[in-house]
Amino acid sequence: MIPRHLVIGVAVMLAVVLSMGIYLRHMRRRAGEIQAAAADARPVAPPASGPTENVTLYVADDAAGILRAQAAKIPLPGGRQQRAEELLRALLRIYQQPDSPHPLAAAADIRSIYLVAPGAAVIDLNAAFADEHRSGILDEQLTVNSLVETLAVNIPGVSRVRILVEGRTRDTLAGHADLSEFFDVSAVAQAQ
Amino acid sequence: MSSATTHKTLATLLAALIFLGATPSGDEKRISIYSTVATYALPVLDRNGREYVGLLEILEPLGRVSATVEGQRWKLRFNDVDSEFVARKTRGRIRGREAELAAPFLIENSRGLVPLSSLTTLLPRFLGTPVNFHESARRLFIGDVATQVRAQLDATNPPRLVLNFSAPVNPTISTEPGKLRMLFTRDPLVPPGSETLSFDNKTITQTTFSESNGSAELVIAGAAPLMASFSNNGRTITVAAAPQGAVAGRAPTPEPAMSGVQSGAAVPAPPVVSNGRRLVAVVDPDHGGEERGAALSDKLAEKDVTLGFARLLRHELEMRGFSVLLLRDGDTSLTLDQRAGAANASHAEIYLSLHASSQGTGARAYTALLPVEGESKGIFHAWNAVQAPTLALSRSVAAAIVSELQKKQFPARQSAAALRPLNNVAMAAVAVELAPGPGGIADLPSAEYQQKAAAAIADAVASLRDRLGTQP
Repeated sequence: MIPRHLVIGVAVMLAVVLSMGIYLRHMRRRAGEIQAAAADARPVAPPASGPTENVTLYVADDAAGILRAQAAKIPLPGGRQQRAEELLRALLRIYQQPDSPHPLAAAADIRSIYLVAPGAAVIDLNAAFADEHRSGILDEQLTVNSLVETLAVNIPGVSRVRILVEGRTRDTLAGHADLSEFFDVSAVAQAQ
Repeated sequence: MSSATTHKTLATLLAALIFLGATPSGDEKRISIYSTVATYALPVLDRNGREYVGLLEILEPLGRVSATVEGQRWKLRFNDVDSEFVARKTRGRIRGREAELAAPFLIENSRGLVPLSSLTTLLPRFLGTPVNFHESARRLFIGDVATQVRAQLDATNPPRLVLNFSAPVNPTISTEPGKLRMLFTRDPLVPPGSETLSFDNKTITQTTFSESNGSAELVIAGAAPLMASFSNNGRTITVAAAPQGAVAGRAPTPEPAMSGVQSGAAVPAPPVVSNGRRLVAVVDPDHGGEERGAALSDKLAEKDVTLGFARLLRHELEMRGFSVLLLRDGDTSLTLDQRAGAANASHAEIYLSLHASSQGTGARAYTALLPVEGESKGIFHAWNAVQAPTLALSRSVAAAIVSELQKKQFPARQSAAALRPLNNVAMAAVAVELAPGPGGIADLPSAEYQQKAAAAIADAVASLRDRLGTQP
């Protein structure tokens, strides 16, 4: 005769094993879903929609070594932060054209823009933006000035801008332009 | 000794310590190897009273090489040549045949060391080509790589010494009263027919060739301050008496007594500030060491162009009477804070940061684009805005540099850049980015092109010596 406490013990252990198996199966399915989502290169956010607005983009011109103001009509969403992101993505698209006056990598992107303390904006670039950027004072400074000027002119109230790469502080964009501090918008405007 | 003098002495010592800490010791023994494939230098080790060098390190830049250690045996394969050496033995085997060493073979941390004096017998058997070893100077020439020099004195007024080289050269040039020295560390320069050439001339009297510790040196002696200029894509160096205009505008303060000053020699009095001190310029060739800067072409790194450019600028500034502190005079790395610290500790009047770029043409002069300033206390600015009080003067210097460059047909413009350490420097500070000229990228390493830009920058700086000397 098997003792009763032993039967109960074995039954409990079988129940635990069964529930662990079910949990494991569930976790494997979740992991598969996460992996599939990570491999999906399609944009997470839908393309910007909203009324088309007139904006001024400050486009770098390598040959002349200056920024040129360029009027554009782009659809802008309602939120201030989303507007800022769409604005800089529109600027980026110009730089990624085959005949760009200031070529940037095809994989370069703006991850996010944070409008934080009063007057402060933080631009978060993806790694490809910085890693594949050409090295040189002129090249790098034109990129920085273009981003800062375009943002400051079209998003009222921005007086200082910080640039991060993949959410982290980076010493320089590509060996020269210092990214470790906030850019003073008025100083950048005077530098043009 | 007054407190101010004590502070100045301590600051100078600190700057010297930082500088010395960042550059390799000049006393380190080394061997220079010149070949058609590569030119390089390796450290020489003293073991048991003899000089040794790593065999694998010697062969590595010349072909495919691998080495293995099996107990006391050290096996090396170079291209398709096998060799074997045994620790503490004076015999090895190369291509299956015995090879005699002048001293025992050594194995240290898996490195195979051979005596320097055996290189002339070992290397031809690996390379299949003759070598010429200047053993006392530790300069090894593989194949037909020697650069010849021919000196010719042009006794016009003023007299000029024209040195024609069989290949482009890029020496480090320095001056001292009565002498102009050219140090060739990477050029396979070999002695001319006679190591000393004397000229029947009162201005340029003698040229002496010497070589030691992996370098060759040409010393031109004269009775007047001399200056050198490059032409013919670095194949010709012309030495002549420095024009008096280059040192004009100086105060009549007498030069302190210096050893080696020839009697009656016209030593240029330097520009001085009100307390009688010589104006000091800090020249900073940016990047260096592992930090290569921009890749200007497949083979050309920004760090190499800035170094050559900086040496020429040093010479040009010295010819105009400035004392020059070159922040690096070799392939060494410095952090941005070290660069700013060394410049500030030197109490110099001007800081010039040198860069190079493959984009655009001519040159650009940048002043600091100051960031949003950190916490400042009274007259003390935050570290990120130390430049603020002297920014106006920096802009004047940049404008003068652009003007002088344009006079020499360089397309040039002035701008501001967020470029450290410009904002951390407590004196007039300008960065110059040299870009290609009409000849494209090939202009960037060209000594002639760099010389032209360096002369323009030095002229601009010299034109503002009065304002530089009265900085707070």
